[in-house]
Amino acid sequence: MGKSVVVIGGGTAGMEAAGRLAHEGYSVTLIEKGEEFGGHLRDWYHLFPDRRSSDEVLAYLNNQVSHQNIRLLKGQRVTGFQRKGNEFIVSTGGGDTINADALLLATGFDLFKSQRKEEYGYGIYDNVITSADLEMMFRKKDLRLANGIIPERVGFLHCVGSRDEKVGNIYCSKLCCVTAVKQAIEVRKMIPSAKVFCFYMDMRMGGALYEELYKEAQEKYSVSFIRGKVSEVAVNINDRLVAKVEDTLAGRPLKMELDMLVLMAGMEMSEDGIKLADGAKLKRGENRFFQPADHHFGTNIGNMKGVFYAGACTAPLNITETISHARSAVTEIVNYLNSEK
Amino acid sequence: MVWRDYQKEIADDHFFYVRSCIRQSFFPGSEQFFLHLMREVLGKDVYENPSHTTCTGIGYHSDVVPFSTIQTVVARHYALMKEAGYKNIAISCVTSFGIYTEILETWKHFPEELEKTREYLYKATGREFDVPENVVHTSDLVYKFRDQIASAAKFRLVNKLTGEPLRVVEHIGCHYAKIFPKYGIGGAEFPHVLSGMIESWGGEVVDYPERRHCCGFGFRQYLVQANRGYSLSNTVKKFTSMKPYKPDLVLTNCPGCTMFMDKWQYTIREMDGSTFGADGESIPVLTYEELAALVMGYNPWDIGLQIHMVQSEPLLRKMGIEFDPRDKYLTKDGRQMPIPKDLINS
Repeated sequence: MGKSVVVIGGGTAGMEAAGRLAHEGYSVTLIEKGEEFGGHLRDWYHLFPDRRSSDEVLAYLNNQVSHQNIRLLKGQRVTGFQRKGNEFIVSTGGGDTINADALLLATGFDLFKSQRKEEYGYGIYDNVITSADLEMMFRKKDLRLANGIIPERVGFLHCVGSRDEKVGNIYCSKLCCVTAVKQAIEVRKMIPSAKVFCFYMDMRMGGALYEELYKEAQEKYSVSFIRGKVSEVAVNINDRLVAKVEDTLAGRPLKMELDMLVLMAGMEMSEDGIKLADGAKLKRGENRFFQPADHHFGTNIGNMKGVFYAGACTAPLNITETISHARSAVTEIVNYLNSEK
Repeated sequence: MVWRDYQKEIADDHFFYVRSCIRQSFFPGSEQFFLHLMREVLGKDVYENPSHTTCTGIGYHSDVVPFSTIQTVVARHYALMKEAGYKNIAISCVTSFGIYTEILETWKHFPEELEKTREYLYKATGREFDVPENVVHTSDLVYKFRDQIASAAKFRLVNKLTGEPLRVVEHIGCHYAKIFPKYGIGGAEFPHVLSGMIESWGGEVVDYPERRHCCGFGFRQYLVQANRGYSLSNTVKKFTSMKPYKPDLVLTNCPGCTMFMDKWQYTIREMDGSTFGADGESIPVLTYEELAALVMGYNPWDIGLQIHMVQSEPLLRKMGIEFDPRDKYLTKDGRQMPIPKDLINS
C-alpha cells in the first residue's frame, strides 16, 4: 500500500469516495474550496423521493470522512495540477503542493444562474426565487414573501436553464421535476391553504418512487400541474406577480396571479471544474461536463491516465446516483493503483 | 441589477447618421433636435449623406424584399460610410437597427453571405464597403450623454404641483434588443436605454405587466388592412395594463411605436371612448429626443410637440414649462397656420 489519492471537491461524491478509499487503506487528501464539507447537500432540506432529512445523509458522509487516513483541507481552492511520471502534483490557491498517485475530480455542479432567464425576473422581483432559495426557507421553517406575508398562491416553473437552447443547455437536468414535486408537497404541508401550480414541459419522473410521489402530489396535496412554459413574469399594481403561460393541454394562454414563483434552476458544470478541465486538457462533452472515457464501461475514467471522475461533474445526478458513482470511482482507482504497483 | 451584464460599447464621436423612413414626417422635431444636440450642444461630428436611402426594412418584413436585396442595400450604406471616412454608424430607426444588426450577425455566422453581398454591390454600383466598427441606435447616444443633459436641465421629470417624480412608461421598440439582446443597453427583457434617461432626469419608471408587449404596430398586423384589428387589440392590451399606474408620459425609442401609441389612442377613444391617462386624459407619447429637449428648456412648439395626435399640455404643466398657446400653430416667420379641431388633451 502506501499509495495516495487526492480528491478534489468535498461534496457528496468526494466525501463518499474519500471515505471508501481510506477504508481500503489509501492515504487520501480531500480538498474543499468552501469553509465546510458537504457541498450542495448542506443547503437542501428534505431529499426525494422519501423526504428524508438531508442532515441524515450529511451525518453519514461526515462519518465516512472521519478516518485517520484522510487529511481534510477546507477553504482551499485547487488552482491546477500536473502529471510528472506516475505522480500528480496538485497546486492549491494557498501556494501548497500535494503529491498523489491518483486524482479524483468530484467538482460537482453549479446551479444555473436564474437571472440569465431575465424574462422570469429573478433578482428583480423579490418573490421570484429559486428552488435553492426555497430549500433554505424550508430549512429555516419560515416560508414567507419578502414583505413577511404567508404566500397563498405559489407557482413552480420547471426547466429553468435546462432543455433550453437559448441559454446553451440542451440537456435535461433530470432532478428538477421531482424536486418541484417534492417542494410543492412541502409547501402544501407548511401552508395547507396554499394553492400550488407546477408549470412543466414534460414530467420526467424516471427514478424509483418518483411517479408515486407525483401521483401523491396530485391526489393527496391537490397540486395543479399545467403543461406549458411561462413566457414572462411581471408585477401588477398590487405588487403581485403576473405569470404569462400557455396551457398547452387546454390550448389557451393563461395569465395567472401568483404570490411567489419558484424557478427550478438546472445544473451546469461548475466553473471551477471547467477551469481545471481546461488547464489540464481534460475532455468535456457537449453539455460541458467532464466527458468520461466510455459512457457504458468507463464513466469514472478521464482521458488522462490516473485521473478519475465522480458525481455530478460528469452529468446531472441525484444523491443516490452520486454515491453509487463515487463507489464505482473507488473501484476504478483501486484497480488502477494495483496495476501500477 | 441584471442589466449591468448588458453593456455595449458606444463610440464617442464621428458618426455616419442614417435616417428613418417615417419619423421625419410624424415627429420632425426628434431628428432636428438630435442633430442639434449632437452637433451644436455636444460638439460631435455627425455626418449625413443625401444619397442614403431607406433600408427597405418595411419591405423586407412584408416579404416583398428578398434578404439578398436588403443585404445589398445595407452594404451600399456601408459603402457610403466608407467613402466618407466613417467607421461608426448611428441609426435612428429601430426597424433599421434590427436590420443592420441582423445582417451583421448573418455575415458573422455565414461569411459566404458577406462575400455574395460584396459581389452584388460591386456589380451593381462599383462600390466597396467595410463592416462598421461601432453600431449604435441614436437612443444609445442620448443614453450615453444623459447625465450631461441632466446637468444642463432647466426642468426635471418632477410634478411641480406635488413634488413627486413623474411616472413614465418606457417602451422599447421590439427590434432594438429582442432579436439580439447583446446589441441593446440592458438586454431584451429589462432594457436600460430609456429607463436610464428617465432616472437621470428625475422621473420614475413604471413597471407594469405588459411592459414588453408590442406597441401594436408589427408590420404584418398593420400593413395588411384586414389585420388592423389585431394591431389595435394589442395596443388596447398594453394601455389597459399601464392605466392603473396613471402614467404621466410614454417614452419610446422607435418611430413606429411612437406613431402607433400616439395615434391608436385617438382611434380607441373614437371607437369606444376609452382613455388611459389620469382624469380621463390620454397619455402623451414622446420620443427620447423630444423629452431631452423639454428637459433642457427648448420651446415645445419649436420641437414639434403640436404635431402629435395626443397633445402634451398636461405634461408641460406638470413639469412647470411655460408655453404660449397662441404660438402653437405659428410658422417660424410668424404666420398663423390652420388650427386643428378637437385636439386631444389640449
